Amino acid sequence: MEVHKPFIFRNGVLLVSIEIDVKGVSKSYGKTKVLRDIHLQIQRGQIYGLIGPSGSGKTTLVKLIVGIDTAEKGSVEVFGIKMSNLDLLKDIGYMAQSDALYLELTGYENLAFFASLYPMKKTEMKKRIAYAAELVKLTGELKKKVSAYSGGMKRRLSLAIALVHDPKILILDEPTVGIDPELRLSIWNELMHLKNEHQKTILITTHVMDEAEKCDIVAMVRNGALIKNGSPDDLKAAYGANQLEEVFLQAGREQS
Amino acid sequence: MRVQALIKRIIKQMLRDKRTLALLFFAPLIVLTLMYFFFNGNGNEAEIGIADIDERLVALLEERDIHIEYVEAADSQTVIEAELDGLLTDENGALKLILLNDDPSVARSILVQVNQALLMQNAAVGGDAPTLETDYIYGSGDTEFFDVLSPVLIGFFVFFFVFLISGIGLLKERTSGTLERLMATPIRRWELVAAYLAGFGLFAVIQTVIVVSFSVVILDVVLVGSIWHVILTNLLLALVALSLGTLLSSFASSEFQMVQFIPIVVIPQIFFAGIFPVEGMAEWLQGIGRIMPIYYAADALKGVMYKGLGLADISRDLLALCIFALVFIVLNVFALKKHRKL
Repeated sequence: MEVHKPFIFRNGVLLVSIEIDVKGVSKSYGKTKVLRDIHLQIQRGQIYGLIGPSGSGKTTLVKLIVGIDTAEKGSVEVFGIKMSNLDLLKDIGYMAQSDALYLELTGYENLAFFASLYPMKKTEMKKRIAYAAELVKLTGELKKKVSAYSGGMKRRLSLAIALVHDPKILILDEPTVGIDPELRLSIWNELMHLKNEHQKTILITTHVMDEAEKCDIVAMVRNGALIKNGSPDDLKAAYGANQLEEVFLQAGREQS
Repeated sequence: MRVQALIKRIIKQMLRDKRTLALLFFAPLIVLTLMYFFFNGNGNEAEIGIADIDERLVALLEERDIHIEYVEAADSQTVIEAELDGLLTDENGALKLILLNDDPSVARSILVQVNQALLMQNAAVGGDAPTLETDYIYGSGDTEFFDVLSPVLIGFFVFFFVFLISGIGLLKERTSGTLERLMATPIRRWELVAAYLAGFGLFAVIQTVIVVSFSVVILDVVLVGSIWHVILTNLLLALVALSLGTLLSSFASSEFQMVQFIPIVVIPQIFFAGIFPVEGMAEWLQGIGRIMPIYYAADALKGVMYKGLGLADISRDLLALCIFALVFIVLNVFALKKHRKL
């Protein structure tokens, strides 16, 4: 069996640790190829952005990484362990593209329910719920039923749920859709804070270019293939472009 | 514990959905009441003639709302001339019941009442139960269409409503994306199935107790055997309905598609529930009946409620229901593999 090394040492010093390793993953639904031989590695403390038009396969890739879908070819490893693995799920906070919430329950009850699926003490749980709610500015709305929430509030509650068990890895599928610019900015500030202060690894999908600019690494996905990845600055330099959007368009033309 | 958290959540959700609760608890009562009035229109007007019968037995019969007419002669001609529904006589220690049977439901109800009165008298006096010979003026004792209906209906409604509500409950989890979201947490598939069985099971228990008590106490449905055996049988049937409902919901992608299972899965079961005589059916049809859960439940319910059978007599039916439930539960755990392999 091949031993995988997620850590790269040089002279005994840990340089990089690869937390998510996607190895040649392919997937199709019926005859449609959704993902074609995707390779990517995400390091600890990175914000990794998957960018691409809707239908490009971002969500499928995210689901493979979370382990709620399986690849036909290739594999996904998290912390060097092959997905899907129930123990690993404790360390992953997932926010789905659709708001998976219980509308009959209040915001607090939703948070408490998901929190209780993870090993956590009662007192710690209360603290985490308060923290996650505060982060998305929902503290005052927790007693309301989710059916009375607006679209943006539901999105924020989903994000809070992804954070509630203090996961090492955050996987967020279009987290800022339907959220107003001001709150979007504060959420991004918080993501930066989670990354810088708590060394969280964040995988985020988006089709908004200015959000992609804020990522450490951007991977461009089109028609199920990863066409380019690198830091926003490197990508722009390589194409002599001022904006990521131009890079995306040019790389797309090269592919086809 | 995760299962506990899930159960708590399911109960909370159900309690907030007042309409579904009302459907689960009261719809069966309304339908049963309607059925009762349709089929028992003149059931309480039964009048029988009595000749040479123990006073205590007569008193017991009167307690059961049977009109008593004392007659001299004792043959079938008396019944027709005096416009009675039946005649009870004592022929050298052996009781003889002549039933007019122009309305099988009346005849059946008299027979049941006389039988029950005999049992009670026997319990009070002791000794061997006197034999009861039954004669029919019209038709025969096989005309029992409506009387066996109530045990079957009770079972059917328990099955139908639990099936529908649990199926749609899990379906909602699927369509809202929360099931997939749950699969991204460390929950195990069996934990999810167990929680659903327990959470919805609680409501199924309440429904069963309400429906059975209502039928027996308010509608005064014939119940010769123990009410606990009726409840036990219905609970097992509810468990089958619950596990089948959640299982089939994984093959439906909308509430409407769940409703489409009713004519395929639920309605055919009525035909094998004993409302129509199964014995007269073709062999292959009877074979189909044996794969229908309601077939066994109806058999047990009829046995307990109508014939007064004990637990030992219906144990085979109960075992069959347990096997159905177990198979469906295991299949449920496998059906969730669609969402996550682990």
